[in-house]
Formats: sequence, C-alpha cells, structure tokens
Amino acid sequence: MRVEGKGLINRGHPVSFTFDGMRYEGYEGDTLASALLANDVRLVARSFKYHRPRGILTAGSEEPNALVTVGRGARQEPNVRATVQEIYHGLEARSQNRWPNLTWDALQVNDLAAPFFGAGFYYKTFMWPKAFWEKVYEPAIRRAAGLGALSGENNADSYEKAYAFCDLLVIGAGPTGLMAALVAGRAGADVILADEDASLGGRLLAETHEVDGMPGAEWVREVLEELGEMPNVRLMPRTTVTGAHDGGTFGALERVAHHTIGRAGTPLECFWRIVAKRSILAAGALERPVAFRNNDRPGIMTAGAVRAYLNRWGVSPGKMVTVFTNNDSGHRTARDLLDAGVHVAALIDSRHDAPDCAGVRVLKGAQVCDSGGRLGLESITIRSVSGEDKLQTDCLAMSGGWNPTVHMTCHMGGRPVWNQDLEAFVPAEGAIPGMRAAGACNGVFSTAGCLRAGAEAAAEALDALGVAGGAVELPAAEDDPYRIAPLWAVPGKGRAWLDFQNDVTVKDVKQAAVENFRSVEHMKRYTTQGMATDQGKNSNVAALAILADVTGRAIPETGTTTFRPPYVPVSIAAMGAGSQGKGFAPQRFTTSHKASVERGAPMIEAGLWYRPSYFPVSGETTWRQSCDREVNMVRESVGVCDVSTLGKIDIQGKDAAEFLDFVYTNTFSTLKVGRCRYGLMLREDGFVMDDGTTARLSETHYVMTTTTAAAGEVMRHLEFVHQGLRPDLDVNFISVTEQWAQFAVAGPKSRELLDELLDEPLSEGDWPFMACGAVEVAGVKGRLFRISFSGEHAYELAVPARYGDSLFRLLMARAEEKGGGPYGMEALNVLRIEKGFITHAEIHGRTTAFDVGLEKMVSGKKDCIGKTMSERPGLFGDDREQLVGLKPVGPVKQLAAGAHLFNEKEEAVRVNDQGYVTSVAFSPTLGHMLGMGFLKNGRARHGETIRMVDHLRGLETYCEVIDPVAFDPEGGRVRG
Amino acid sequence: MVELVAKSAGDGLLPVTIGKLSLTEEVPTALTSLMPFKGGAAALEAALGAGLPGPGESGAAAGGRVLWFGQNQYMLVGGAAEGLGDAAAVTDQSDAWVVVRLEGEGCEDVLARLVPLDLRPQVFAEGRTARTELMHMMSSVTRVGPQAFMIMVFRSMAATLVHDLKTAMQGVTARR
Amino acid sequence: MRITCPICGERDRREFYYKSAAVALERPDPEAGDGVWNDYLHLRENPAGVTRELWYHETGCSAWLVVTRNTVSHEILDAVLASEARA
Repeated sequence: MRVEGKGLINRGHPVSFTFDGMRYEGYEGDTLASALLANDVRLVARSFKYHRPRGILTAGSEEPNALVTVGRGARQEPNVRATVQEIYHGLEARSQNRWPNLTWDALQVNDLAAPFFGAGFYYKTFMWPKAFWEKVYEPAIRRAAGLGALSGENNADSYEKAYAFCDLLVIGAGPTGLMAALVAGRAGADVILADEDASLGGRLLAETHEVDGMPGAEWVREVLEELGEMPNVRLMPRTTVTGAHDGGTFGALERVAHHTIGRAGTPLECFWRIVAKRSILAAGALERPVAFRNNDRPGIMTAGAVRAYLNRWGVSPGKMVTVFTNNDSGHRTARDLLDAGVHVAALIDSRHDAPDCAGVRVLKGAQVCDSGGRLGLESITIRSVSGEDKLQTDCLAMSGGWNPTVHMTCHMGGRPVWNQDLEAFVPAEGAIPGMRAAGACNGVFSTAGCLRAGAEAAAEALDALGVAGGAVELPAAEDDPYRIAPLWAVPGKGRAWLDFQNDVTVKDVKQAAVENFRSVEHMKRYTTQGMATDQGKNSNVAALAILADVTGRAIPETGTTTFRPPYVPVSIAAMGAGSQGKGFAPQRFTTSHKASVERGAPMIEAGLWYRPSYFPVSGETTWRQSCDREVNMVRESVGVCDVSTLGKIDIQGKDAAEFLDFVYTNTFSTLKVGRCRYGLMLREDGFVMDDGTTARLSETHYVMTTTTAAAGEVMRHLEFVHQGLRPDLDVNFISVTEQWAQFAVAGPKSRELLDELLDEPLSEGDWPFMACGAVEVAGVKGRLFRISFSGEHAYELAVPARYGDSLFRLLMARAEEKGGGPYGMEALNVLRIEKGFITHAEIHGRTTAFDVGLEKMVSGKKDCIGKTMSERPGLFGDDREQLVGLKPVGPVKQLAAGAHLFNEKEEAVRVNDQGYVTSVAFSPTLGHMLGMGFLKNGRARHGETIRMVDHLRGLETYCEVIDPVAFDPEGGRVRG
Repeated sequence: MVELVAKSAGDGLLPVTIGKLSLTEEVPTALTSLMPFKGGAAALEAALGAGLPGPGESGAAAGGRVLWFGQNQYMLVGGAAEGLGDAAAVTDQSDAWVVVRLEGEGCEDVLARLVPLDLRPQVFAEGRTARTELMHMMSSVTRVGPQAFMIMVFRSMAATLVHDLKTAMQGVTARR
Repeated sequence: MRITCPICGERDRREFYYKSAAVALERPDPEAGDGVWNDYLHLRENPAGVTRELWYHETGCSAWLVVTRNTVSHEILDAVLASEARA
C-alpha cells in the first residue's frame, strides 16, 4: 500500500501498466516491483523447480524471485527483474514459469513431491535407459523447470557498443561513490560515475539518514547538480559495471531504453568498454536473508528492501509488518515504519543482548521458525525460550546481516577475505590493479564512514594520477556501529530456503556434504546453489556457512566460490552489438560490382569480397549453361573477368630483390625488368603458404600478387620476415590491392581487343608471355601484365580504381562485339582446372611443393623461408599424396570435391585411403568431368583406374588417374 | 576513341545528414604513401619542405597535409608528390582509400561506438591522427576540427564504412 | 587487455594479432640440423609466469612487437619493436 507523505516518486505523474493482463497505476519513479507492492500485489512469480508461490524479496538487481517477461512478440524480453524495471505508460509485464496462471499453477504438484526432488535428484533418477536422457527426461524437465522464454523471432531491437576513457571510474553512486566523484571532479580529474540505478544516490535514497544537516536525498540532489555542471565528470545512470578486466578495462551495460516504450531509433542497450587509469569500487552491500522453514512466502522480504520501498517509493509492503534480524540495521526498518505510521507487530532479534526499540515489542533471543499462508504470508511462528508462538503478520522484514559487494574484486582471480567482526567477506586489497574498494563494499557500513572512505579513495586516486586535490570537508552524517551475531539458518524441520532462485534449501547443502561434495565448488554444482541470474548474490555466504558447519570447518577455511563477470546478466545482443546482419563483417565490393549486378550476375562471397558467379544471358536457365558458354567464349574468342581481389603488394628498395629471394622458393633477383614470374611461397615448416605472380617494374621495384584468400596473411608474413628476421634489408612494402582495378582479358582475341582500347597498340615482339609494363587507356596511366590463369593468350590490365567501373563496362562491350563477354568465378574455376592450376583448394596448408609437383621451384642455390624444413624426411617421396588429375571412366560420370580415393578392389574404409579430391568441374572443352586431387605416389600412377567414393553423397565413380594438366599440356595457346 | 569516366570511392553513398551530424566524402587531389628508405628521412623532409610528423601527428607539407600513417610510413594528402622519389618508396594511393569527413556535435560519440581509441580532446586534439580498427576495418582517423574527423578505410569497404557510421550516427542522435 | 605499442602508445588488444612465442625471431642457420630446427619450429615453453610473445599491431602501425607478459597475472611488463629486440 502507498504511504502518504513518503517517497521520492512523482505523485503528479501517474503511470498505468499491466501485469498478467490486469491494469494497475503507479507513479513516475516507480519500479515494477514498487508499483505492484503499492497495488498490494504480492504474488509475482513461481519458483524454478517446485513452482512455489514467490513474491518480491529485494529492491535491487540481485532479485532472485520477481522475474517477469516484458513486452510481446519479437520485442519480448524474458527474465526481467521487476525490481529493476522502471514503469512507463503501456508497460506490459507477465509472470513466468506457471501454467495456466500464477494463482493456480498445475506444476505446483512438484512441491508436494519435493521429498524426491532434493539435490542430485536428476543425476540419481534419470540414469537409464541411457538414450532417454536426451530425448525424454531432459526436455520434460526443461519444460517443467525454467525461467521465461524467448520469442523465437528475430530480435527487433537495436543495440550498441561503445568505448569510453577516463582517469577515474567510480563504480556505484551511493554516499561513497558520490563523495569520491565530488572530490576527484573538483580536483579536475576526468571522472566517470556509473550506477545501475536510474536515480543516483544508492542507499541515501532508501534511508532516512541526514547528510550535512539535510535529508540524504536532498544532499544527493545538490551533489548531482554540482557534478552535472562539471565538464570533466560524466554521469552514467542505468549503467551496471559488469566486469573488471585486464589493463584497466571494464565492461558496463547501459539500459538505454528499457524504461520507455518509444524505442524507434534508440538502442535498447549499450555495452560499454570503459578504460580507466584508476577505479574506485563503491558498489555497496547486499543484505542476506535468514534461512528458516517456509521463509520464501510472498511477503517475506529483506529488511533493507522494506525500508527502500517505504522511504524511496512511499510503499509499505504490508499493513502489519514484523521485523526479524540478527543485527542493528533491522531496527531501522522498525523505526522508519513506525515513523511513517505503519503498524509493526514485533521486532524479533536473535541476539539476547539486542537493543530496545521505542514503540515496538522487541523479542530478544528469539527466532522466526516457520511461516503460514497460502499464496502470501499470513502468519509466522516465533520460537523463544518460552516456547513457540504464532503471530499474524502480512510482511516479514528479515535481515541476516550485510555482504559487501566484493564481486568485482574477484574478477581477476582475487579471493575475498573473511572478516569476523562483520561476519562477511571483504575484498582482498590490490586484487584489481589500480582499483580501490571503498565504503560498504569494503565493510564500512555507516554513512559517515562511507563519505570518509569515498573522499580518501578519491584522494589516493588523485595522488596516483598526479592531480592535486584540495582540502576536503566531510559532511556530517550518522556514524552508528554495525553489530551482528551470526544467524545463518534457524534450526528445525522442513525446508528452509537458501537460494530462492534455484530452490536450494539448507537440507540440500547438508545432503551434498553427506555425499562428500564437501568442496564449495562441488557443493555448488551438485545443488545448483548460486547459479542462474542472481549468481548466488543472496545465498552464497549463507550456503558456505552451512557447508562449513556440516563439515566442521571454519568459513575462511571452506573458501568461497569464484565470482566471474558479468555482475548482472548481459544480453548477447548487447555484447555483440553492431555485428549482426551487415555489421558482421565488412563487405568488400569491386569497382565492377554494380555493372555485374546489373547484368544479373549472382554474387558469391570470396573471403570478404563479393564476386560474380556467372553472367546469365537470355535463354539460360541453369548456372551450368552460363558457365559452359563462358568457358567456350574464353577458349574461342575473348572473356573479361575482374581480378582486382587478388592481393597486390608494392615492394620497393635497393634490397627488394634479395628480400623476394628470401620469401619465395625461386629466384627473383634474376628476373628482368618488364617481366613477371610465378612464385611459390612456403611457411617456415616447409608447407606451401601461397603462390602468385610477381612483376619487376624497375631494378628496385616489384609488384607481388597474392591469392585473394591469403592477401592479409601474406602481408603480415612479409612484415614479419622483414621486421623480425631481416631488418637489415632496405625494403618497404605497401598494399596496392585497392589502388588498382585489374581485369583479366583472356582468349585468342584478347590482343585484338586491347589494341583497340590502348592508346598505343601493343607492338609485335615486345609483349611475350610474362611481359609487363606501363600502358595508357584514354590517357589514363595503367599497367599491363601478360599473364594467364586460363591457359589462353591473356593479359591483365590495371587502371586506378576510380576508372574501374568505366573500364569494365568498356571491356565487356568490346568483348561482346567479338563474340566474347564477361565471365565469372564458375568459368574461371573450370578454366584453371582444365589447366591443372592450383588454388587454395590444393594448397590448403598440408601440401608441400613436392606434393603439388613444384619441388623444382625450390632453388638449391639460396636459402629461403621453409626450404630447410621442406627437405626433411616425410615431406617428399613415394608415400606422399601427390597432385593428379582425375577423369571418370566407368558408368558413373560424376566427381565430387571432398570425396576419397581407394584402390579399385579395396574396401572404401579409412585404412585403405589412397587420397582425396580437391577440385572438380565439368569441362565443356573436353566434354566430361575433370577432377584434381591428391593420390599416394600419384605421379607414378597416371593411367591407373581408381575408385572415388563420396560417403556423404553416396557416390562411387571409377576414374582414370591423369596428368593434372588436362588441356593443352604443351602450353602453345598461352604463348601463341 | 574510348573514354574512361572516374568515379569516387563513395559514389552514390554520400552525403548523409542525421540530426546535427553530417557525413560527406572528401576526394583529395592525391594520396601518396611515403616510406623512407634507410637513412632517407632527412632527404625526404628536404624534398617535402617540412619535417615528418611523429607518431600520431600530422602537419602541412608539399602543399598538402602529411599524416603519420604507421611505422616508417607517411601519407601525403593532396599536395605535389613529384621529386620525392629517391629517398623514399613513393606509392600512389589516390584510389585505394575512401576518405570521409564526419562533422557536428556528438561526432566523438559516434566514433566512440566504432573505434577503441581515446578521443578526448585533451588526448586527441586537432591534428592528431591514428591508425586503428573501425568496427572490423583497418582505418585512419584524424581530428581535423574541434567537431570534425577525417576517416579513411580501404576503398572496397566504403559501403560498410558508411553503413557503420550511419548506424552510430542514428544511435547518437536518437539519444539527444 | 591493453598493449602499449612502442610507437602508438597504449592500445586496445583488438588492434593486435598474436603470432607465437618470441623464439620465432631466432631463426637457425639452414644447416643447423633437424634437432635445432625441430626445436625452433615445434617446441615451446608453456610457462605459468613471464613469457615473451610476438604480437603484430595489425590495424595500427604494422609494427611487430615482442611483448613480455605474465600468464598468471595477465600483466604486460614490456613491449618493444621486434626489429630492435633481436639486436
């Protein structure tokens, strides 16, 4: 119910929303949790495993129970914590894990069967038959137990990721964080202050403490105003710092638009990578529940949450509240409720020496040992020296003490330290380089202590940053001591809940210990305690304490589980923001892209590049028709193909020749200016890395061509060889792939075509095979290479990329006049297979120069990368699988890449494997399919019949082993 | 008589204006990569008539602007590249890059969504330049004004560059 | 993770490409024998502690670096140019 005169909500702005289809009203500033409590909705969820009725336990991101689904359709967002979700006009929230509805959930029968469902139940029960686990048991269990569901549709929201840099990152904007930011900000440091709440202020918004003689919330407002005016301070509300990583990098999730309905254009979330020279962790502390029988009924909440709902949101979660505590902070809840006029039935303090509390009956040395009620709390049972008593109450505020939020200090392997006075873990010092934990997360629980700690941490950070800080005047605030006597679980029968999210009870933890899962990591996995969205924020320490107790060890000896990032759940969509759809990888388009698409060419991806498959003409209905026509066109007249995607590296310097001799197996220092040479490049381990043609433009200037696929790798390799192995060589290189648009003009009429186009016709005799040089097209300076990947008389013509589109259209038009035209990747592939030219299908990283028949290219006269190891035993000889050609000879005429080769009479099993097929194509020139592949001792087996078996496609073809060069083996056409 | 028509790298993609942010193509008269040979830096400086910028810096030279462009590498934007040949590997890069200008309030926020660079004005002041990764692309980023950056990626990736920048510009603008 | 490039200064890890242990810089003589070459190519220390690695500032300045790094604490202790590390 709403309490008049309390809260920081805007009562002038009512907001309506729905929960499970019912319409409710709240106010601007409400979370879904506070608005539901204001409307007396206590039952909001069903538990994970037993489908027990659950309500709201906390008032923060650690909430284990109140998970809801927000929105519909593609925008549906499951597992949203009602304690974090701000309400807005039109918000639609639904409960989860129940059928048909919350108040009558069919699967609550699970709860009746609970005695069978303890820790390890699944492992012990669903053991056989073995095949049933995947098909029957697991799907059934998954349906019954679970959280909310995804829509199954494409995510309609947009997400962002971003980088930020600062001198000082302050994590948390409670009294500690605000004070730290204020001190550092005033000194002029570049500060980022991030807090997961929509309103900065932390507990100061949830308590009635005064700071500097004014209400805490008022002091917060003044500080934020001052910080807001500082250009060097960046405030990041709704931003949860999720992880501390290497080198002062932090992950942070900003909820940009979860609090609005109008999401058009606005990203839903932004995942930040914040780089900070120093950081202050001011993450506060989380309150622990107490385990007792039936402590999970809606209406039983943490005492700090009850104060937060009262003081910040003007809501009392009950009409008659009872407080159960083992420390002083619970008394505050009673006092605040009384001051607000809410009836407090009793204050039960487990400590015999508990202080009194004016206006309420304090039961000292007493404990709550059970609760009653159907779908919400109606009564509790109190056990004291005088016996057990039942008390009518509709809200129990419990406090088992506070756990400093040490999580971030553990992200780089740090282990928190047990503090006996606080009965809690505190951060290990120096666990994150450059980070200082301060305030409540460091075990300082008074407001004055936090303000002081914030100022001190800031001063220390400023000192480290070399920024002069001024004198700091600390505002006055309460400095009450924190007194606690441990109470983890109230003894007794029945189920006392530790981990609300995973339905783990005290009994489960004890059972784990009995079954010898005594290590905390084993206990956690056996019981599932500490898993799922809250990651044990509410239960880890209590579960540990109980494990310590059953195993007869002290808590520090028992250890802690490891806190890993992220601190709160982060959607994959936010982490991968920008990388969906077109953002996944850059798209590289050639200058001929547009013209190719206009011709109806289907584009295929080649690495990041897009290249045309084939250029269909009217009447053609299959790709093979187009491909065959294009092959014939190149063999008979002239074809044009964009080859700009091949890597081109400009190599200059007086030692350029020596450098090339070192990276290539063959010799380039002997290459004449104005000539090209095919080169083979090995990795240092002796296997082939790449191949391509390199042209010598002057004594000290070469242009190397790489394959499309390996362009980046080769560049990196050249840089490594130069910088790492031969820095003495005076040579520089730079990629010129993008500078030039380069087109293959191939076929018997290629020269005729070029002569029409070039400003000066090619003079007879000056342009033999493998010549290169400067030419001009319409006054544009270009380069011409007489090289061929088709086996035909061919050239590659390069012009600056700005003219690429224009030149390609011109080449196409002129080629078509001669009965030719453009050709795509399919035809290019057929042409090279007919000629036995290798690509990365053959030089796939496991083949040597010997394997591909190019061992003679490894010069004996000089050292080169990979030479020594290429000569080691095993990398050459009859046992190697050697490149061969394949031609079908039996009734089946089909070949398939990836198929394996077997001897004619042998069974097609792995031990009999003789090799494999790498490339296949139908050769329109020869009228049958052709394959390339590797066959054991293959070069000596030309003429043999071999069996190709493709187990995947169910294909078996008899082939003749032939020379890889199936067409024009003498090479007359290329030279003609 | 044949004729070749030039097309810029960003042809048909730009300009784009979103909110207070504008993205336009800049087509420099020339881009020339200069990589001094061993001991050639001084001669190159003499030929340029200016000192070579240190890492992350840029300056005026040879009638254009020279950017530090990597280890032992400089990029002359505009200007005259003649007569620089002996001391350095001189390579024409005029067609290899798409050059865009991002301008307007919030342009730092746009880039903060794409490059892992510290762009705060006190760190990355006017005239500062960096080679870095823009989304998944090698890039060059230079601050050319208090609210303006010059951004370069390889020509073939112009469409992706514009797509990524537009997405970031929309995100930043929607938040204002 | 951030690496301080000796040329560019402190940069995000994603600008760098990792190759291998820095022993790759110590290429043996071609005639050094199979054992030496085998060690050079295939045998690597796997220390829990300080290690020297080769990183390439691929989307930055294109410098190859020798980065000294602690595999336990992830601390980066040093980064120098590979071209100068050999001397």
